[in-house]
Amino acid sequence: MALIEVAHLVKHFTRGGGLLRSGTRVIAVDDVSFSIDEGETFGLVGESGSGKTTTGRCMLRLVEPTAGAVRFRSENVLEFSRARMRAARRDMQIVFQDPYSSLNPRMRAGEIVEEPLVVHKMGKRADRRQRVEQLFQLVGLDPTHLERYPHQFSGGQRQRIGLARALALNPSFVILDEPVSALDVSIQAQVINLLMDLQRQLKLTYLFIAHDLRVVEHICSRVAVMYLGRIVEMGSVPALFSAPQHPYTRALLSAIPVLDPDAPRRRIELDPASVDRDAALREIAAGHWAAIEPRS
Amino acid sequence: MAGDTLLRVEHLTTVFDMPSGPLRAVDDVGFEIRAGETLGLVGESGSGKSITALSIMRLVQPPGRIAGGRLLFKGRNLMDLGEREMEAVRGAEIALVFQEPMTALNPVFTVGDQIAETLVVHGRATKRQARSEAAELLRRVRIPSPESRVRDYPHQLSGGMRQRVMIAIALACGPSLVIADEPTTALDVTIQAQILDLLREMQSALDLSLLLITHDLGIVAETADRVAVMYAGRIVETGPVRAILRSPQHPYTRGLLASMPSGIPGERLRAIDGSVPILGQLPPGCAFHPRCPDRFDRCVTAPPPDYSVGLQQYAKCYLYDQAAGRGARLDDAHPPVAGR
Repeated sequence: MALIEVAHLVKHFTRGGGLLRSGTRVIAVDDVSFSIDEGETFGLVGESGSGKTTTGRCMLRLVEPTAGAVRFRSENVLEFSRARMRAARRDMQIVFQDPYSSLNPRMRAGEIVEEPLVVHKMGKRADRRQRVEQLFQLVGLDPTHLERYPHQFSGGQRQRIGLARALALNPSFVILDEPVSALDVSIQAQVINLLMDLQRQLKLTYLFIAHDLRVVEHICSRVAVMYLGRIVEMGSVPALFSAPQHPYTRALLSAIPVLDPDAPRRRIELDPASVDRDAALREIAAGHWAAIEPRS
Repeated sequence: MAGDTLLRVEHLTTVFDMPSGPLRAVDDVGFEIRAGETLGLVGESGSGKSITALSIMRLVQPPGRIAGGRLLFKGRNLMDLGEREMEAVRGAEIALVFQEPMTALNPVFTVGDQIAETLVVHGRATKRQARSEAAELLRRVRIPSPESRVRDYPHQLSGGMRQRVMIAIALACGPSLVIADEPTTALDVTIQAQILDLLREMQSALDLSLLLITHDLGIVAETADRVAVMYAGRIVETGPVRAILRSPQHPYTRGLLASMPSGIPGERLRAIDGSVPILGQLPPGCAFHPRCPDRFDRCVTAPPPDYSVGLQQYAKCYLYDQAAGRGARLDDAHPPVAGR
């Protein structure tokens, strides 16, 4: 069962416009469609400027999409009123990449985690406090550190604070936007384990936005590859990683450094001319889609 | 491939003088780079890998200073050189490529001017010659239509192209050693692959030695001949790349490799507990001991010296002290290392 479904999502930005002249229109997200099943981790990969982050933000209406639909439990959230949207966000949360800039430096860690509960008027002060302590334990933070400020925590601990805050309202869907990219390798592994544990424990559904394909392969069940605002390939992780079909996916996968120094390196360079911008996604095997023209 | 020793770093110690006392960012570091070889210097944030690079170039700024050690480059100790002699070494004999080309390039000069300046400063060309040589260098780093690109300003180039310009500047005076500090960290993975290919290609074409500083063991696997692993200012393990990746001996190196996604989707990763220590709050003895699954009593009291753990492989870990005297071990089982 799909928990969330994105249909024909489009986002245009206008760049460099002024009072008297109109700017250039940039198509950040260009007719993007996918759906995520309940309990699944769906990966959205692509390089900088591919539109993956904008897609995630449009789904929570942190950025208003230009067109399309985002159906959460079969209801189009793009048609929700402000008040309705605010209520819906309890169930749909986001964790940002940078644990250094995404936490308010003037608030104590406990207040940061408690804030969504205050905003949504959940419980009395003592109840909230108890909930915050519980959340700290859930994400592996020491509840005696509630009064500390963000700068007193390491990068990995800060990412745990962001996670505790996102989980405060018991959401069923969480967007993880490059959640481990800014972390050291040894800390990345701790956070990846935590994300997998929390998913099992709380039956969460994740949209995992990332550029690190090794991490995506590890944590996701299905994945969509974005290139210049479009999804060019989508499928199960095993199928897409073992038999990529789109020239961009092939180039991307061949560029991942392999840990084995003797592994044969077959670097595939992307020839932009080989990308058919007008090709529609079509199903080339069960559940495996690629934007390539059929071979005639 | 690898020939005579080009650079030999001995007992390098770089400290930062803080009000609370000196912080040892680089602590008794030693390694060598042979002619034509790539040494991968691996570490997490705060390990001291970038300060090591700056120390070799003698570019550490106050409150930092090199407190001791020798930097033997082609037989001369760079520590004995005056500032003017050192300037002649920088760029001409040892060149540095930084992580973020946008901040390393000057935004108000064209890339051609910046390459030409390097040549003129080092007396390698007259101003006129330098212009045409700049285009030639851009061609060599595979920038398309180099004759028109020399007139571009840095902001007109993509991140990958800017990093190619940085490499062109680094190569301008024909150095024998290039130090590349996280040269691809700010780039997308396909561009990263191209830059690594370019570095490899330049290295074999020009018989360069490369000190490649990175946090990514995958990049090391693809590029390095030998590896030095840094933790909290010290090199904890060195060895040939295959040995380090296939049979790492230091518990930290093992932990780093086990932290990488294993290739078995959904499997719990064997993360290293705890966090990277902060300079100035380093634990006594072996700085890794609070996170180490193999620690025993002795690890807390004194930092371990290098022990031979394989062919040209060394680890700073009491596990390998043959002369018994280990004291009480807490755990005898070595965690198996994820192979991939």
